[in-house]
Amino acid sequence: MAASEPDYLHAKAGIRSWLLTTDHKRIAIMFFVATTVAMMLGGAFAMAMRTKLLLPGPGIMEPITYNRLFTLHGVVMVFMFMVPAIPAVFGNFFLPIMLGAKDLAFPRINLASFYVYILGATLALWGMVHGGADTGWTFYAPYATVSPTDVAPIAIGVFVLGVSSIMTGLNFIATTHMLRREGLRWHGMPIFVWTLYATSIIQVIATPVLGLSVILVALDHVLKMGMFDPALGGDPVLFEHLFWFYSHPAVYIMILPGMGVVAEIIPTFAHKNQFSYKALAYSSLGIAFVGFLTWGHHLFVAGISQLDAALFGLMSMFVAIFSAIKVFTWVGTLYRGSISLKTPLLYMFAFIYLFVFGGMTGIAVASTSLDVHWHDTYFVIAHFHFIMIGGTLTAFLGATHYWFPKMFGRMYPERLGVVSAVLVFAGFNLTFVPQFLLGNAGMPRRYATYPARFHLLNVVSTIGAYTLGAALLLTLTYLVISLFRGERAPMNPWHSRAFEWRTPSPPPEHNFIKPFDPAYGPYAYDEPPDPTLDEAA
Amino acid sequence: MNALLHHLLNLPPQASSVAREIDTLHYSVILMTFLGVAVVAAITLWFIVKFHRRTEVPGLTPRVVSSVKLEICVGGGLLAMFCIWWVIGFAQYRDLQTPPANAIPIYVTAKQWMWKFAYPGGPASSEVLVVPVGTPVKLIMTSRDVIHGFYVPAFRIKQDVVPGRAITTWFNAIEPGTYDILCTQYCGTRHSFMRAQVVALPPADFARWLDAAKGPLALPGAKGEGQGLAARGHAIAAEHGCLRCHSVDGTPFIGPTWADAFGRRRPLEGGGSVLVDEAYLTESMMDPNAKVAAGFKPVMPSYQGVIGPAETSALLEYIRSLRDLEPTTQVPPPTSSITLPSAGGSARGGSGEGPTNGPANSPARGSEGARDGGI
Amino acid sequence: MSAELEVQYDTLARQHATARLGMWLFLASESLLFGGLFALYAAYRFIYPAEFHAAAAHANVVLGTINTYLLLTSSLTVALAIYETKHARRHRALILLAITIALGVTFEILKGVEYGQHLAEGIAPGGYYSYAALPAHGAVLYFTLYYLMTGLHALHVFGGLCALAWLWVLLYRGRLTPDSHLALELGGLYWHLVDLVWIFLWPLIYLVN
Repeated sequence: MAASEPDYLHAKAGIRSWLLTTDHKRIAIMFFVATTVAMMLGGAFAMAMRTKLLLPGPGIMEPITYNRLFTLHGVVMVFMFMVPAIPAVFGNFFLPIMLGAKDLAFPRINLASFYVYILGATLALWGMVHGGADTGWTFYAPYATVSPTDVAPIAIGVFVLGVSSIMTGLNFIATTHMLRREGLRWHGMPIFVWTLYATSIIQVIATPVLGLSVILVALDHVLKMGMFDPALGGDPVLFEHLFWFYSHPAVYIMILPGMGVVAEIIPTFAHKNQFSYKALAYSSLGIAFVGFLTWGHHLFVAGISQLDAALFGLMSMFVAIFSAIKVFTWVGTLYRGSISLKTPLLYMFAFIYLFVFGGMTGIAVASTSLDVHWHDTYFVIAHFHFIMIGGTLTAFLGATHYWFPKMFGRMYPERLGVVSAVLVFAGFNLTFVPQFLLGNAGMPRRYATYPARFHLLNVVSTIGAYTLGAALLLTLTYLVISLFRGERAPMNPWHSRAFEWRTPSPPPEHNFIKPFDPAYGPYAYDEPPDPTLDEAA
Repeated sequence: MNALLHHLLNLPPQASSVAREIDTLHYSVILMTFLGVAVVAAITLWFIVKFHRRTEVPGLTPRVVSSVKLEICVGGGLLAMFCIWWVIGFAQYRDLQTPPANAIPIYVTAKQWMWKFAYPGGPASSEVLVVPVGTPVKLIMTSRDVIHGFYVPAFRIKQDVVPGRAITTWFNAIEPGTYDILCTQYCGTRHSFMRAQVVALPPADFARWLDAAKGPLALPGAKGEGQGLAARGHAIAAEHGCLRCHSVDGTPFIGPTWADAFGRRRPLEGGGSVLVDEAYLTESMMDPNAKVAAGFKPVMPSYQGVIGPAETSALLEYIRSLRDLEPTTQVPPPTSSITLPSAGGSARGGSGEGPTNGPANSPARGSEGARDGGI
Repeated sequence: MSAELEVQYDTLARQHATARLGMWLFLASESLLFGGLFALYAAYRFIYPAEFHAAAAHANVVLGTINTYLLLTSSLTVALAIYETKHARRHRALILLAITIALGVTFEILKGVEYGQHLAEGIAPGGYYSYAALPAHGAVLYFTLYYLMTGLHALHVFGGLCALAWLWVLLYRGRLTPDSHLALELGGLYWHLVDLVWIFLWPLIYLVN
């Protein structure tokens, strides 16, 4: 760090300078800590569930304990980890840098979004300690309104977490529109920005509807509002419609930023321009918009009309095409590149494999008649874990390794990185491939006990889950050690052309010593880099 | 091929008429999935080996951009494949949703955490679903409390059972045997214990079972015990005053007659028409004014919360049992002796002499409760 | 919303334009919140047309209509307050803003009166409904939705009133000037949204028959 300006980690000192900061990078770090804690908590719930399922009978815990566990696992992983993980951590850190801005458009709203997140998480956690809901993260009425457990604090917690998500989305949209550096056109922006922009649109538009539906369930549970209670004339299937109107697009909130990460890491390590920039950019918007028209494919066996089923099935096929185009472009980018197999790229290969497999099994359950057999079985569990864990988690881990030098100014140990990537991949497959087979055989989800014929595959799955858990702990351990002991990172360890690698590692408080020149594009590997750039800085 | 994939994919027995073709579609999707993953992995590996970085610091790489034509080909090709699956899948889905006309009805009531099956003219509360092999069976399902999911893996059918609605699904068992019924919609603490069994019997055995099961398995304590579901339905209709407005001999009263109503299309007030089936009848009990029959006034009160799912099933079966009655135009003399169809469906013996059922004695019994003013 | 230039902006104009964009996005998100309730209303009205008809006939059209006039007028006065601020007539702006607040408060009071009347009859939301003259089915859904929609709206009015009161204080202290009154503009925008939502609620609740 020969630079005259101190980096953002050292610009100010003291706990107050962190807790009251409006610097997007520091807020990103705080989100990093919070979402990682959430992931470990959700992971611990998953381990407890898999341990329970080692035996078919009641075994080590009462069914109601298991039912609470899967609810908490879902709520924590979806609303506290996967929705905020990539946008609030890496988006927060890199969106302004990638646009050449000194901060987000509304830094105080950004800080507030962190405390709203903490408030929502605290409410939900308090609800968990207080009794814990047993409704599943989907809160289906009328069960959620009559459940003997304490649904309201967790539902309200989810609502508050949604508010935080809206604040993030709003900030990103305003920043992308108004704070692009002069000379940076829309078509010159990094793909990660495009995917964050598409994600933000979904966050702003869909999240209020989710907030409303969980609040209605909480009101039903506490005050007997009866909005979805058949005894009062309500229709429980309407809740499912409202819920999935958000929660299906929310799947894209979780996966789109991950797709953006892939589109950043592959060009860097292949040292190659994007095979098709426009396809990547517009397919993100396509997913965001068409994703709003597919929610009904969660309701094929809930009693919707055949016409609805036909249309929702067809729209689901369309939305899959955008994802297919992305895979095509990612792989194409490798062609005639100069490929360096580092940990982040390994995670991206894991991502592509898991995503293709998870996506194609999604096509399977979107083919209406197949959904009849596979709906609400372990097949669906395996399918969306392939997308969500295979997608979001590998993207999160890949992004962590890729941007670790930039964020903290230290390198991670490459060899351990490779080992952990391979272990995560193996553990993941060992956990969830058996679950596809369990679903084929007809094992329903949310089963505290199961018929003995499902035993063997459940044991294999649990072994896989332990492997995955161990791999994640290993990753966490060496990353924390690297924070203090890691080798000092240069400005651009990956020889990337992307904008964020043209500022010191870690960046100064206002992101740049000298702003980057957008005339030298983030994926222009066929031309020499900006000659005025001093990489030794 | 079928046997091999069936085994590899760990699928349950193909015990219903639709299982085989659904599995075939599943095989094609899964095989394409493996093919797709293999192609992507092979290309990726090939690129990694061929374009591996050989220097410490990478040099310039050529600018390669896909053509729009190529993208359209890839996207369009995949979309075409997906759409073929969608067409086949939807055609199968429609078949799964549309019971054949000759299907025999069985009423299913779900509640935390058990399944109950009621047979027209047979046992009113069986815990085992006994069905004949080779005959389509239509399940008319409702829930007493929360949403449940009726799932028979071996038949490849599943249907959410929603409170306040009568939802149908159907199957045709092709192999005698015993198969699991599982609940797939999370319904509370003992969700995973909410299991039952389908026993598929050869037709002769089924008929024998039905005969033997009539007496002892009937719902204990229920009104009209031992007389079958339709008889119970009649008793309930009388008790709730339904018969004050609805005749069972073809006479239009305040409401449409129940005689020969089931299975016919009925014109609606304000245009259009509706098929009188279980769904429409249930809706008309719970939300009477949603679809009012032409020529009648929307005066019927809702019976939601007044009559429960089991009683609804009995009423439906009673109305169904009246479907072949010739409507008569003259009002028969009031009589207190009621001849009931002893069994539902085609086995409806004993009522050959036709519409002798008299409604006139019923209203007196129906005057209990606050509801009687309406009907 | 302060007049100071924040570090990430080049010009104050850009900063204010961004704040306005942010406000519009927030309003879009807010309308979707009400949109969910409107969708529920539409679905249940489709299922229970006659019951909704009968229940709507029982709603207090007079109070609802008076409230519509109050809110429309308050939208006008807040717009005028911004106009007067722009033209440096602080005194008039203060009066207009005070009128806006008074109209809003009156709206809330009338809403309370309306709730009180309904509750006295036993028309309470959900499981507490005990009004015998209207069929419980459908009508209870109508009135539950009535309470939810107008309640959520009343909360928004309350929030808007707090913001307007704060703006009045700012204006009184001379912190809002002809060149720098972005906060007032944003507050006005929010108040217009509150008004607009009511314009949708009014026919749905009071005028459907």
